[in-house]
Amino acid sequence: MNIHEYQAKTLLAQFGVPVPRGLLAETPAEARQAALQIPGPVWVVKAQIHAGGRGKGGGVVVCKSPDEVEAAAARIIGMQLVTHQTGPQGKKVHKAWVEQGTNIARELYLAVVLDRGAQCLTVMASPDGGMDIEEVAAKTPERIFTTRLDGGHRIWPFQARALLFGCGLTPAQVNAGTALLLNLVRLAAEKDAVLVEINPLAVTAEGELMALDGKMDFDESALKRHPDIAALEDPEECDPLERKARELGVNYVRLSGYVGTMVNGAGLAMATMDAIKQAGAEPANFLDAGGGANEQMVAAGFEVMLSDPNVRGILINIFGGILRCDIVAQGVVNAARKVDLKLPLVVRLEGTNVEEGRRILRESGLNFETAASMSEAAHKIAALTAGGAA
Amino acid sequence: MSILVNAHTRVLVQGLTGREGMFHTEQMQAYGTRVVAGCTPGKGGQSVLGVPVFNTVAEAVQQTGADASVIFVPSAVAADAICEAADAGIGLVICITEHIPVLDMVRVKARLKATGTQLVGPNCPGVISPGKCKIGIMPGYIHKQGNIGLISRSGTLTYEAVHQLTSQGLGQSTCVGIGGDPVPGLYFTDLLKMFRDDPATQAVCLIGEIGGDGEELAAAYIKESAYPKPVFGFIAGLTAPKGKRMGHAGAIISGSKGRGEDKIAALEDAGVKVIHELGLLGETVARFMRG
Repeated sequence: MNIHEYQAKTLLAQFGVPVPRGLLAETPAEARQAALQIPGPVWVVKAQIHAGGRGKGGGVVVCKSPDEVEAAAARIIGMQLVTHQTGPQGKKVHKAWVEQGTNIARELYLAVVLDRGAQCLTVMASPDGGMDIEEVAAKTPERIFTTRLDGGHRIWPFQARALLFGCGLTPAQVNAGTALLLNLVRLAAEKDAVLVEINPLAVTAEGELMALDGKMDFDESALKRHPDIAALEDPEECDPLERKARELGVNYVRLSGYVGTMVNGAGLAMATMDAIKQAGAEPANFLDAGGGANEQMVAAGFEVMLSDPNVRGILINIFGGILRCDIVAQGVVNAARKVDLKLPLVVRLEGTNVEEGRRILRESGLNFETAASMSEAAHKIAALTAGGAA
Repeated sequence: MSILVNAHTRVLVQGLTGREGMFHTEQMQAYGTRVVAGCTPGKGGQSVLGVPVFNTVAEAVQQTGADASVIFVPSAVAADAICEAADAGIGLVICITEHIPVLDMVRVKARLKATGTQLVGPNCPGVISPGKCKIGIMPGYIHKQGNIGLISRSGTLTYEAVHQLTSQGLGQSTCVGIGGDPVPGLYFTDLLKMFRDDPATQAVCLIGEIGGDGEELAAAYIKESAYPKPVFGFIAGLTAPKGKRMGHAGAIISGSKGRGEDKIAALEDAGVKVIHELGLLGETVARFMRG
């Protein structure tokens, strides 16, 4: 789960990492008030959306007076901000963060990240802050320093010093940076973060270290034990259909195509999307109805898929293992009647009692097509949805 | 022969008294698996489905000689359950539970290094050697005893693959679901090594998905070791967008890492026969095996 910069900075401050003074504004008037409370002479107004590259899209403005802050906030709040991470449609900005300007002498990169390959938390540092770190990694990998943490998620001061001397900091800055890194690691470990990134970490003209941006990603499996973090989720950042699916207990990701899919199990759901694409059609979604796939889940799945106006047909692919196909089939029939399904539907069932399941589908009187294999199912739905809206 | 489990494996069920634990224990017993003990702290002394329940894993091991454990406990206590089994000297732990916090798994793995315990999962369907032993939640009847080894990050996708193999008359030596989490126990390469040394396994199917680099590492190992048995591969999630988690905690393309195309390219470069259409998996393997 990602959070906003202002939330990340608040957490950083709680964990003893220096950040510029700042206040959140939801209106231009609030932004002006914020500027009056924060010492100048320079302020920065920053759009709060979950995406990088905000500066280039006009989402970060440096201001020299409260009037300018107000005007900048008026432009930013409500704008559809497009960055290289938002896609062409951009993201609507609801809030702006107003903070004190910093005299930047140089910019570093710091991050604590879950390293899947090494199976531990790893700390990364680079003297090339303020840039896209993927780009640094591709072009000048020797300018990224890393150190792996032990299974207790702790960093020794010597590990921090090695990174910071590597970035060319002075001894006094290395001392401050070591304390900062220890705190950053403590934050990740205590709050179950899989990414805590400061880019850039500024060395100010006065020689102080200051986190000018903050990006965090928290492990969703651990949110139950961190209600404070769970509360930071911004529903505006989530696709409305994905939000609805979550409320219904369905694992759903919206895609840009037109064939709705409902499958039991995440791996098979991905493979089904791929099969649709190979058959020449475009999947509208990923939908894992879970191992259970009972009538309620199928009904919930229909509800979510049919809320997507792009959907022209549906493919249901259920591998009933321990789950019996006749029960799944009855669930599909009942749910389709309940939502009065008009779109073409191809159902592919496999597993226990499959013959009985197919009979129930055939005799339901509903306009179902059945398929015996995945390829057949994918080709059938591709044919049924080809050429414009149904 | 088979890997990890056989007809003599003595299974302990952690979380036997819960709904899932009880349901799947009954299924395992019906398949012929030797379930010798259960463990639920506070419920020691009970007997469930004819199986004695103990308060601690250490006690269960001492009294019953259990040498493998399967875990059905809730996610908040699953990491603890894995470590308890490892500390009690259980050599093979199979964790079905999903949604275990990943930093818990990092701690678990660091601890398992000290005990040498083999972990399968978490968030996996388990391990089955058809006709001998089933430990997990997979439907037993779709399997058939034979000589294809199977390794997969998924559940129902594995069943689909197994079903296709069985329909073609191809049985399996052992099927291992390694799970869909970012920090799993045994990974592709570990199991490829075991299958290499198993005389009953003549070929291996490797079912991967987007996210992580397990498939790439497996490809590198197959290439370097000039792997002596044919390997077939399938990768799910080629149509998945970047940055979106596809159900499994580990199935996510982050930045330029974890893309399906890269995995397929690495596998093909290592001589793995990659199947591009899932529906053709059984057929393709069968055609090759018949020569």
